Amino acid sequence: MMETEYQHPLMTAYWAQIDTHFKPVEAVFEDVMAEALAILTRDGINAYLEAARVIGKLGRGVEPMLAFLEEWPSAANALGEDALPEIMVVIHRMQKSPNSKAITPFLQTLAPVARRLHSQERMRDYFDITLDFMVRTTGSIHGHHTTFPSPGLPHFFAQAPFLLSQLSLMGLKNWVEYGIRNYSGHPERQTDYFTVQSADSRAVLQRERHGTLFMDVERKLDLYLRGLWQASEQLVPYSTAFDELRRPVPYFDKLGMRIPDVYDDAVDGEIHISGLDRYRATLAHMVGHRRWTTPLIADNWSPFQRMAVEFFEDSRVETLLCREYPGLKRIFLALHPRPLENACDPETTSCLRHRMAMLSRALLDPEHGYRDADLLTYVERFHALMAEGESNTPDIATLALSYVTKTRRQSDQYAKVHFDDTVVDYRDDNRQMWLFIEESDDEEMFEKEKKRTPSEEHTGLPPRHYPEWDYKSLTYRPDWVSVYEGLHPKGNPTDIDRLLEKHSALAKRLKRILDLLKPQDKVRIRYQEEGSELDLDVAIRSLIDFKGGANPDPRINMSHRTDGRDIAVMLLLDLSESLNEKAVGSEQTILELSQEAVTLLAWAVEQLGDAFAIAGFHSNTRHDVRYLHIKGYGERWGDDAKARLAAMQAAYSTRMGAAMRHAAHYLAARPADKKLMLVLTDGQPSDIDTHDEHLLIEDARRAVQELDRDGIFTYCISLDPKADDYVSNIFGRQYTVIDNIQRLPEKLPELFLALTK
Amino acid sequence: MTTDKDQYKVHAEPYYQAQGKEVQLYEAAYRNRLPVMVKGPTGCGKSRFVEYMAWKLNKPLITVACNEDMTASDLVGRYLLEANGTRWLDGPLTVAARIGAICYLDEIVEARQDTTVVIHPLTDHRRTLPLDKKGELINAHPDFQLVISYNPGYQSLMKDLKQSTKQRFTAFDFDYPDAALEATILAKETGLDEAIASKLVKIGQTARNLKGHGLDEGISTRLLVYAATLIKDGVDPLDACRMALVRPITDDADIRETLDHAIDATFS
Ligand SMILES: Nc1ncnc2c1ncn2[C@@H]1O[C@H](COP(=O)(O)OP(=O)(O)OP(=O)(O)O)[C@@H](O)[C@H]1O
Ligand SMILES: [Mg+2]
Repeated sequence: MMETEYQHPLMTAYWAQIDTHFKPVEAVFEDVMAEALAILTRDGINAYLEAARVIGKLGRGVEPMLAFLEEWPSAANALGEDALPEIMVVIHRMQKSPNSKAITPFLQTLAPVARRLHSQERMRDYFDITLDFMVRTTGSIHGHHTTFPSPGLPHFFAQAPFLLSQLSLMGLKNWVEYGIRNYSGHPERQTDYFTVQSADSRAVLQRERHGTLFMDVERKLDLYLRGLWQASEQLVPYSTAFDELRRPVPYFDKLGMRIPDVYDDAVDGEIHISGLDRYRATLAHMVGHRRWTTPLIADNWSPFQRMAVEFFEDSRVETLLCREYPGLKRIFLALHPRPLENACDPETTSCLRHRMAMLSRALLDPEHGYRDADLLTYVERFHALMAEGESNTPDIATLALSYVTKTRRQSDQYAKVHFDDTVVDYRDDNRQMWLFIEESDDEEMFEKEKKRTPSEEHTGLPPRHYPEWDYKSLTYRPDWVSVYEGLHPKGNPTDIDRLLEKHSALAKRLKRILDLLKPQDKVRIRYQEEGSELDLDVAIRSLIDFKGGANPDPRINMSHRTDGRDIAVMLLLDLSESLNEKAVGSEQTILELSQEAVTLLAWAVEQLGDAFAIAGFHSNTRHDVRYLHIKGYGERWGDDAKARLAAMQAAYSTRMGAAMRHAAHYLAARPADKKLMLVLTDGQPSDIDTHDEHLLIEDARRAVQELDRDGIFTYCISLDPKADDYVSNIFGRQYTVIDNIQRLPEKLPELFLALTK
Repeated sequence: MTTDKDQYKVHAEPYYQAQGKEVQLYEAAYRNRLPVMVKGPTGCGKSRFVEYMAWKLNKPLITVACNEDMTASDLVGRYLLEANGTRWLDGPLTVAARIGAICYLDEIVEARQDTTVVIHPLTDHRRTLPLDKKGELINAHPDFQLVISYNPGYQSLMKDLKQSTKQRFTAFDFDYPDAALEATILAKETGLDEAIASKLVKIGQTARNLKGHGLDEGISTRLLVYAATLIKDGVDPLDACRMALVRPITDDADIRETLDHAIDATFS
């Protein structure tokens, strides 16, 4: 067998690492590696190749290995690459059972399943379902002693992406359960069920398909937080289906807010609360804590005391939330349990939880109807405290403690706790409310500074120097930044044509708008007093008016002008390192999505015939800002430009001001009437030699002002969900934040068209 | 030819709630006859401010709403045909320059750029207006002042003022007033109860928070005034808000639903 030869020594090493002679793998190896290299870390690449090697040696032919190589990078993108060992465990279990045939379909759907699962926690839950399924359907047919593989499992894996788009994990679990229970002994019917062919399979699917799935309302929740609470949070779903004992509860921390993956509608008497409103209540409650709760030091408190403080503080926060939006109260009331006053027997049971839940109900609901004297006193004291203002966590804690003391009972210590009607399920677990000083963990993040390796040193043109604005001294630092320019390296232009094909439906839609905008050679301007021709219609109307004694319209001429669309456009791309990150909720990197968007934009601009240039930039200290031409004004949108776009790569930092100034000197030299600079970026200006983060923001803002002075209209398309904090500072009103980066390919050309309409 | 100045006077005091020092600053600009540009998003009180200043300074006000089809003659004037010859008719800008009015060109960016340039000689030290067709050069009346309004939020390259035009004006940057002030405005303007007015403002702010995330513009003070007016007339607040605040600004279903929810959560 001939040794495979790769251009790049690294590729040869990678190939050696997976240790295989499968031809089909060889055919795609470079492609899959390209994707893997863009997504995985160095360790991740090693683990990837090692896992592929192991899978290649399972004795199941080329299929599993091929599927793994193709699916894993994007699955890793959705779940994190550290999910790999658990996936290997699942493969192992299938291999050791008679179910090794299911490995291929399992791997073939891994990426879409991972995308839908969205978190490792949910992935584990999904594996629990599948392994349980496997165990219970393997080898138990009519008392035969030989073991048979599970007939349904491979089909189930093939259907998994569809099933997960319809069901929560709980729903999936129930659907699978039904199939196992009824068909574990009937291979054919089992197959019918798990291919979603049989009538009952569909009926159960329908039955389990209820509730509001997080994935379907994610944008609405995002808008809700932004619009009503001015908050932008990362939302991470979890499944409630598995931990029967300790049901997971919403919580939040530095990384975002965790919420269930599905909420059913809730019904309270006449009142119907939608799943969406339940999500909103949960988020609002957490927003309330973020705003108003200050953590207390927990070490000196008993668990009872902490519980009481939490109930009081939850009520305080909700009181404040309802002051902002009174309509929330209806939702909270409908979702909050109504514990019955005599439901708990203090002779036998610990009733503290029950007392607290009643109090919590009473604090929210003036019509609670409870008669307990202590309860009524404390409701009053709570409202008196809140009448003075917002109160605060320590004061409310004092009130809570006095309540616990006042109502203490011996039986509070009993092991049997009354739980019924005491769980307020839209409330988070309050972990943010307590500081445990014993186990302080101040992890500090050390920034890794990256230095360019000497081999990458630039060759070519001498640098151009640009000033940088120092907002502290209100002066320019002259010749502060060195910009090196060069041509972007080339890749394969057909990649770009392929991207255009991928978006052909969108292109078709854009084409309709483009045709409207396309300059017609001559445009007739009517209603002119002076012009090149008489406009007969108008002239006759005027004459009639005149004869009739009315004032004639003197604008009876028309003239022509060649269409006024005289625009020069510069698209400046931020090519900094962070573009290599995957876009939220997508298997693609921001870089790839940008590439698609630019492809469509370039195509659209080419149709219109506007002068158009594309360049990218990144920086590695002020001594080394790179400005990379992708398409020049003099160049057609042809193979050369496409080849450069195809090779687009991201690295280093974002010194935006210098890049804008450099791009502007090209744009300023264009003769056009209107000049537009579009800046596509995913983050704020920054560089590793600049520790004051405002400095480069202020400099970019200054650059925008300079450009405006020179008649260049700057417009920023930001992909940073946190951009609101600084982007208007730089670009004034001239920006858009694209929240859903996956839609960038359609948004970018649309934006351009709207701007130049 | 005389024109009755009085017809252009603002007779009753328009209600205007100052947001900052703009009234004093405008007076200073007027004392020195500096041209003024009022920038700000749609419906934030630009026109109302100018009207109020004209009343306060007791000067005639001539307002021209600019549009794409407007030509220089629409501003300056033109010859009309009559039974026994032609007659010159002054355009609004010329009238203002002759009688010493404040001439307010509303939404100036809407006009074509070749139209806009006719104001240039009026805005520098010359303060003249050449009527080329008539062969007359008008020296502007000492009381004459030019004011333009401009909404930078159009966010369109095609609708931006030329630098050479921009640089002839002093400028005020208006924005929607802060919550308390905006509620006062609604209450005073429509007679609506201040507490309900505050709720309307709150909904307005919800929409403004979504600007750039699917909304191009937030809800304007003008729309809030509309909603207040409807409520004052007895329309159910929920209906009034949907009709005056949400439906006009967006067709994005997710945003509608979010704003509708904000309305429900605010009223009840
Ligand atoms: N400061 C204010 N004092 C009083 N009324 C105000 C004020 N600001 C806004 N309004 C109310 O808002 C309405 C809209 O304001 P106005 O017509 O002046 O907006 P504008 O900024 O000129 O808008 P556009 O750019 O769309 O022309 C006014 O009719 C008035 O009811
Ligand atoms: Mg106006």
